This record gives sequence, structure tokens and C-alpha cells, in this order.
Amino acid sequence: METTITLQILRYIPEKDPDPFYQEYEVPIREEWVILDALNYIKDHIDGTLSYRWSCRMGVCGSCGMMVNEKPILTCETFLEKYMPGPVRIAPLNYFGVIRDLVVETDGFMEKVKRVKPWIIRDREKAPSEGEYLQTPEQLSEYKQYSMCINCMLCYSACPVVGLEPEFIGPAAIALAQRYNYDNRDEGENQRNDVLLADDGIYECTLVGECSEVCPKKVDPAGAIQRYKVQGATEWWTSVLLPFGKK
Amino acid sequence: MARYGPNEHDVLIVGGGGAGLRAAIAVAETNPKLSIAVVSKVYPMRSHTVSAEGGAAAVIKPDDSLDDHAYDTISGGDWLCDQDAVEAFVKEAPEEMIRLEHWGCPWSREENGSIAVRPFGGMKNKRTWFAADKTGFHMLHSMFQTTLKYDPIDRYDEYFVTSLLVDDGRCQGVVALELATGKIEPIAAKSVILCTGGCGKVFPFTTNANIKTGDGMAIAYRAGVPLKDMEFVQYHPTGLPFTGILITEAARAEGGRLLNKDGYRYLQDYDLGIPEDKPVLRSMELGPRDRLSQAFEKEKEKGRTLNGPYGEFVHLDIRHLGKEVIDEKIPFVRELCRKYENIDPVHEMIPVRPVVHYIMGGIHTDINGETLLDGLFAAGETACVSINGANRLGSNSLTELLVFGARAGRVAAEYASSQTSFGSRLEALATDEKKRIEKTFFNSSGNRSERVADLRKEMHNAMEQGAGIYRTETSLKSSGEILGELRERFKKISLEDKSYTFNTQFVSAMELSYMFDVAESIIESALQRTESRGSHQRTDFPERDDQNFLKHSLSYKTEQGSARVEYQPVTITRWPPGERKYGR
Repeated sequence: METTITLQILRYIPEKDPDPFYQEYEVPIREEWVILDALNYIKDHIDGTLSYRWSCRMGVCGSCGMMVNEKPILTCETFLEKYMPGPVRIAPLNYFGVIRDLVVETDGFMEKVKRVKPWIIRDREKAPSEGEYLQTPEQLSEYKQYSMCINCMLCYSACPVVGLEPEFIGPAAIALAQRYNYDNRDEGENQRNDVLLADDGIYECTLVGECSEVCPKKVDPAGAIQRYKVQGATEWWTSVLLPFGKK
Repeated sequence: MARYGPNEHDVLIVGGGGAGLRAAIAVAETNPKLSIAVVSKVYPMRSHTVSAEGGAAAVIKPDDSLDDHAYDTISGGDWLCDQDAVEAFVKEAPEEMIRLEHWGCPWSREENGSIAVRPFGGMKNKRTWFAADKTGFHMLHSMFQTTLKYDPIDRYDEYFVTSLLVDDGRCQGVVALELATGKIEPIAAKSVILCTGGCGKVFPFTTNANIKTGDGMAIAYRAGVPLKDMEFVQYHPTGLPFTGILITEAARAEGGRLLNKDGYRYLQDYDLGIPEDKPVLRSMELGPRDRLSQAFEKEKEKGRTLNGPYGEFVHLDIRHLGKEVIDEKIPFVRELCRKYENIDPVHEMIPVRPVVHYIMGGIHTDINGETLLDGLFAAGETACVSINGANRLGSNSLTELLVFGARAGRVAAEYASSQTSFGSRLEALATDEKKRIEKTFFNSSGNRSERVADLRKEMHNAMEQGAGIYRTETSLKSSGEILGELRERFKKISLEDKSYTFNTQFVSAMELSYMFDVAESIIESALQRTESRGSHQRTDFPERDDQNFLKHSLSYKTEQGSARVEYQPVTITRWPPGERKYGR
């Protein structure tokens, strides 16, 4: 006999439901199934009205983040068996507005990404005919980790500051700023500092470190923030104490 | 995202993957005064470019040459590539790749800080640039982040395009449904570039993401634009058995070996060279993908593959590379194997089998991405220029996105600048389209009982059985008939979900209707090509036939159902058709 597991999924269709509610579905357990496979099973065989985002099913497009038993995870890389015997609670990512069912509002996050100016800024840009900028493997490793972010937003759902202060620019955006700040091809750090040091910027972070805990790509936003604060403090003291120094 | 004001642009790009974003930047750089919009059914960084792993080819090292890159591409494509397009491609590739470097792409480097390159299948020299084994991911994110600095580039994120707006013989925009609200509206533009990617999802077992449903191909096809060389579907030889997740060719380029159930490097039996300890370019495991996938099928027939819960498989062995090389050069391979197969390739062999990966065919364009419909352009996997011929070489597709995305962007910008006004019927056309969509999917009535998931499953079975690695007239005809029946049944499609808010069942139904068009085009083109070339293998016509088929197929949509297929000659410049030689 096939073993099954119960999924309790938060449902909400704004035209229809006054409030979100949990709906239960019983699905088969298969050892090779991730949570997303169970959702697709529901969609194809039980209830075609369930809405959620997904695409690559290999942990790199960043679409399928959800709260599973209160923890933000990528549903395409978390196995169902892990949750035996169930039930499993599945809800939209914390701290984002819900559009419908498991689909959250993403535009606010996208605006934060843009705000940190995540592109190479230089006084003078080389023409392609002048060849590549040199970057040694050591220089690459300075920022490589921060470039691995897939924008899945799990870190925002884990961050207690985002929960209290929705305007907080947040872990992924700060890590992204640092990704460019530590890139030897970039000269835009001062412009990004204006953003990071604003009221809703880096100093809102209370260094709880939950963001790094949940990051599926080991980007370590908490480390990026810590590194910035240490460096930022040093630079501030340098600018106060040594007005004629480097700057 | 919420929008205000009229939806009118100079250049509209459908699809926010590598080709679409490169095109958008090209338009902005060609003429900063033009208004540009990227409309996509997903946020751009979710596009499938993100999944590309191994690398992107461009000549950069002194021991390499443009002619070598061209020859590898043309012979790899079994002489079906247009050689003028290939020459332009290899020439512009290095500059495009450097541009991406300037935009911040974290390319892997040599000790001295210059670009590092790796070998790849079917390539005579090392010329594949890589960012470890997440090349597509880094290219896409670098480009997306770079587009954010261009104010003229506007976006319609999570808008699903249902049709092209064609008035007065020229394409002037699209009709799209905003997923968040269900609002259906026209987006007018003086030129439109389709960059919607491939259509791997017409098959059940594919590396392709869920979004790759041939949307752009289908909406162009419905507007009378022919699809070119659709019979050429690439199977990648190394996918994980249950998920179809890709294990990059870079694993073999670094020295990985393919072994049958006896631990034997079986490729030596298929005219691909003799096994050596170190990887040899254009030999054995570094042969082209079509030949490797075909060798697997032959091994299977001989009973020399292994049997698993998801069918037959062979082993990819990278253990001898050691942990250090694996972690530095192909860390994603290890991550994927650990996560999805629960094995560590440092100590265990990886089970793999061929998996649908890419379509060489697509919307028929010229060397500038222009289609036969005025105002409509296409680039990337959705287009067929053709530089890939009958079989694409690994690491050419990412570069193709850049070179031809940029070309299409520049030409579409010029075209838009030459247009002064919009046609008078656009609003009326959009209203008709809105009525059609609502009537079919949201307010449908009568005896309707067909479900999207059921029809999709039957289409998958038909395509796998009839149009896989080896095909025959019988298999193709049988699949064609099934497709015809499924199309009829689709007329009775019924959605349980009638909501206008993020209705993913509606999206799936539209995608399925697009896939029927694409599948029909694949089947009909494959049926009429009575020869074997590259990835198109007919067991009833096993030889290449240059006399009759050194030409591109162009399939047109007809009223009756099955496609009408015409042909156009292949452009040959300097490399007359010859034998494909690997390992000798």
C-alpha cells in the first residue's frame, strides 16, 4: 500500500476568500520527491486551483521559496520524506504581501535590489577592444560568495528586522552591494554607501544571523553585513580623526 | 508590477533571459532616446538562462583561431549551419564576451588575472569561458543587474503574452495578461523582438525549466511566420535519471568518463576515438552531443546499460579527478548529485541518461534576427539563424544569446526609429483577443471536461515515442495523429480555476496550446526530412542526403492542422560539406 502524507497548505484567493485558511491534501510519499513534486501532484491530480511559482526545479532560478513548517526553504530542493509522518504546513514566505495562495508580492524586493546600484560603476569604462579587466583568482574570491545569490528572498522571510521594519533594505540587497564593492573592477562604493548608510540601511541589522542560516547558496549575508560594519566604523573614525588622510 | 499610463514603446522585447536582456541593452546603446520594454512571464532573473552550467565559447587565446571555431561549429552542425552566420558569430563572440566581463560577470581566471578557458565537446581547442559551472546563472544576473542602470528600459514582469498585434502587415506589439490581476491589454511597440527561449517541455524528460514551452515560436507561427529546422532536437547525453537535471559537459571536459554496465568506455565502439587517460579534444567523451546520445541508445539495444527505477542508464565517472578539481571546476555537479541523487561524485559514479536539452530549430530569422514579418525580430533559442545546424555544440548557445541578441537589438532599434505611427486597428484587435481569451478560459460554458494535466501527459508520451533520438515514418505519423486528436480535445478544455488573480492553470492551458503548435511543427518537419543528419536520425533513412536535404526546412501553420513544409538552401561560404570526424 502506498504511504501518504498530509499537506496543510495556506490558501487565499482574494476574489473569493475573506481570509486565508489552511486546506488539507493527502499526497503519496515517494523517496525521490521534493516538496515541489507534491505540490505539482496536487495541481495535476487533486486541485487545479492551487497557485505557486516554480521553474527550474534545480535550485537556481529562485522562484519556489515558501515557509514549510515555519521555515523558509526552496521547495525544489527539500525532500518530502524528511517531513514524515507529517502533517506538513506550507505557507507563503513571511513578511511579503500575499497575491494569492503561495504567491507573494515581489516588487518591493526588486526595488531594493535596484537601489544598491548592482552594476559595475567606473569613472572611465574600457572599450571592449581594450580587452578584459584583469582579476586574479584571489581578487575573484573576495566577492565570489556574494555573487551566488539567486534572489530567492528566503533571507527576508527569516529576518526579524524585516518583520518589524518592512523598509529595511535587507540581507540580499546588502550582500549584493558588497558583491560589487569588493569587485576590483568597481569604483562605485561611495555611491552605494549613500544607500547602505541611510536610515533603512545596514545599521538596522541587529546581527541575528538568521539570513545566513537559511541561505540555500551559502551567500552569508550576515557575514557581508558584519564585514561592512567593521569596515564602515573604521572608515568613519579615519575620516574624523584623519581629515587629511586617504579619501 | 503596477503600471500607469499608456503601454506604448519603441521596442518591445518578449522574454527577459540572456537574449532579451542583451537585446534591451543593445537598443538602449544604439539610441538612448528610444523607449524599451521587456515583457516576461517571469521575473527576468528566473529565466532559464540561469540554469546553463558549462560555459560560453569565444576565441580568446593565441593558439586558437576564428576559423577553427567556425569549422568546429559547422562540422558539429553536420553542415546545416549557414556559414555566413557562423562567420559573423565567431568574429563577434570575443567582443561580446569581453563586454560581459566589463559588466561584471565573474568569469573564472588564470593566475595572472586573464580569462580562463576550458575544453568542451566537439571543440578542437580550448575556448569555453566559464564561471565555475554556473555560467548561465552569472551571465544572466550580471546582465539583469546591468539593465537596471538604463532608465529607458522598462519592464512588464509576470505578464503572459497571448498573441502578436499585427496590423497593416507589420507587427506592432503584443496582447498580454498581467498575472497578478488578470488584466488583458495591448502593449504597442514599433518593433518587437521575441526572446522566449526553447520548448523542451513538449517532451516529458528534459533539462528545461517549466517555463520553456515554446511561447514565442507558437505566437510567431500563428501569425504566419515560418519555423525553421524544427526536426532538430538535441538530447544531452548526461542527465540525472529521475529529474532530468543536467550534469554539465564540463564534467567530461575536465576528464569525466562514460561507462556502461561492465565499466567499459563504450564510446570507443562508435567511431569516436580510442580511450586515453586524459581528455582528448574532439574525441571520446568530448565528441558532440548527438553522437554521444545516439551511442547510448545503441548500447541500450545491446543490453549493456544498467537498469534503474527510471529506465536505463550508464555511469559518468569523475572520481579520479579528485575532490580538489571537482570543488574548484565543477562544484555545482557535486552540489546537484548530493542534493538530488544522494551520492557524492567524489566517491561514487553518477547515473546518467540522455535528456532533451535544446532545439536547434526556431523562428526563421536572417543574420540580423529579422523574421519574414515586418517589425518582428527574434534571437536566442527561440530563433533559428542558423548557426547550430543539425546539432549545436555545447557552449555555443550562451554566446549566441549575446551575439544575436545584440544584433537583433540594433536592427530593431533602427526599424523602430523609421516608424512614425501605429495602425488604427490595434485597439480593436486587442479587444477581440481579450474576448477570445475570456470566452475560451474564463467564461467557458457547455460540455467541457478536458483537463490540462491529462492532455499534456498524452502529448509527452506521443513526443517521446514518436520523435525521440531515433525516428521512423511510422512513429512520426502515429504521434502526429495523436497530436491531432489532442488538439480536438483541447477545444473542450475546462479550467477549474476561473480566478483573475495569478491563475497558473490558465497559464498552463495557454502554454499547452503553444506546445501543440510547436510539437506539430517538429513532427511534420521530421516526417518530411527523409534522411539522417545530426540530431535527426531516421532509422528508415539512415544516411545523410546532401543531394536532397542540404537545406533548411520551413514549416508554416495551415488551416487544416498539420504544418506545410518548404525548404530553403543552406549558405555555404568556405567549408563544403564533408565527413564529420571525431577521434581520428
